[in-house]
Amino acid sequence: MTRSVTEQNKHSAPAPAVTELTVTAEDRRVAWLATAAVGLSLVDAAIPSPLPGVKPGLANIITLVVLARYGWATAVWVSALRVLAGSLLLGYFLGPGFFLSLTGTTLSLLTLGAAHRLPVRWFGPVSQSILAAFAHIGGQLLLARLWLIPHDGVFLLTPLFAGAALVFGTLNGLIAAKLLADTPAPESRP
Amino acid sequence: MTSWLVLIRPGDWAILLLASLVVGLSIPTFWQGGLAERAIIRQEGQVFADVDLQTRRRLSVPGPLGNTEIAIEPGRARVLSDPGPRQYCVRQGWLLRPGEIAICAPNRVSLQISGRTKVYDSISY
Repeated sequence: MTRSVTEQNKHSAPAPAVTELTVTAEDRRVAWLATAAVGLSLVDAAIPSPLPGVKPGLANIITLVVLARYGWATAVWVSALRVLAGSLLLGYFLGPGFFLSLTGTTLSLLTLGAAHRLPVRWFGPVSQSILAAFAHIGGQLLLARLWLIPHDGVFLLTPLFAGAALVFGTLNGLIAAKLLADTPAPESRP
Repeated sequence: MTSWLVLIRPGDWAILLLASLVVGLSIPTFWQGGLAERAIIRQEGQVFADVDLQTRRRLSVPGPLGNTEIAIEPGRARVLSDPGPRQYCVRQGWLLRPGEIAICAPNRVSLQISGRTKVYDSISY
């Protein structure tokens, strides 16, 4: 997305190169949205949960809004930055939680890419959110079964995770739909 | 309330219904027989001990060939040693799920895991 000017300097002048990054409006927008998503991830982490892994996933509200306003590619950027920065801030970067988060996010983004193409008249952010939430827990359960806890006992948690995905998926979808309805102009947001 | 309801489009209701169905179906699929809660140890077909799978403990069950040693741990149980010649029940390892059973036939000892509800390994009419 950003282009480094260092490359050009290297050929023309041997003088100390100054690394300059050209920042586009798109970059700024992604950065702002990712910041909002990271903020919500931190709120998410602060909410006490009875079972590890059951979280509201508030940052997905941002993903849904970005998907509707700026398209799938921007949603992928914002989510990737959120997973990376969120894990660095919360201290689980490259830990098991990071890979669980990455797998869940990847699968839900792929699902969103498909759900995004459903007829808009019939399927809104609520559908997208529920489908993404189920893809998220599905991916995490599979990764946990294959890597972290190689025993079928993990699947005993499936009904709990599925229930949480249904409840939080619906709530996040509703909040995203509300946000989109309340802020109609596409370019009014940074 | 109505202002929130208008945000749900017709297809969204279908997805909601479908998702609820998935959650509903996942319960009997994954929670058959519940979690392993008790271990029932039988000797000569009579219940020798019926213990909670809560604490770590060892049991020694006397049989015609000698003692069968059984280990109980939170959520699982196994036959540690048995005087029988073929050691099938020992080699079964840890039993975790309701309905699982290890039978030490020569010494006439069996160890079975049970949960909240009974799981059948076969049904006859």
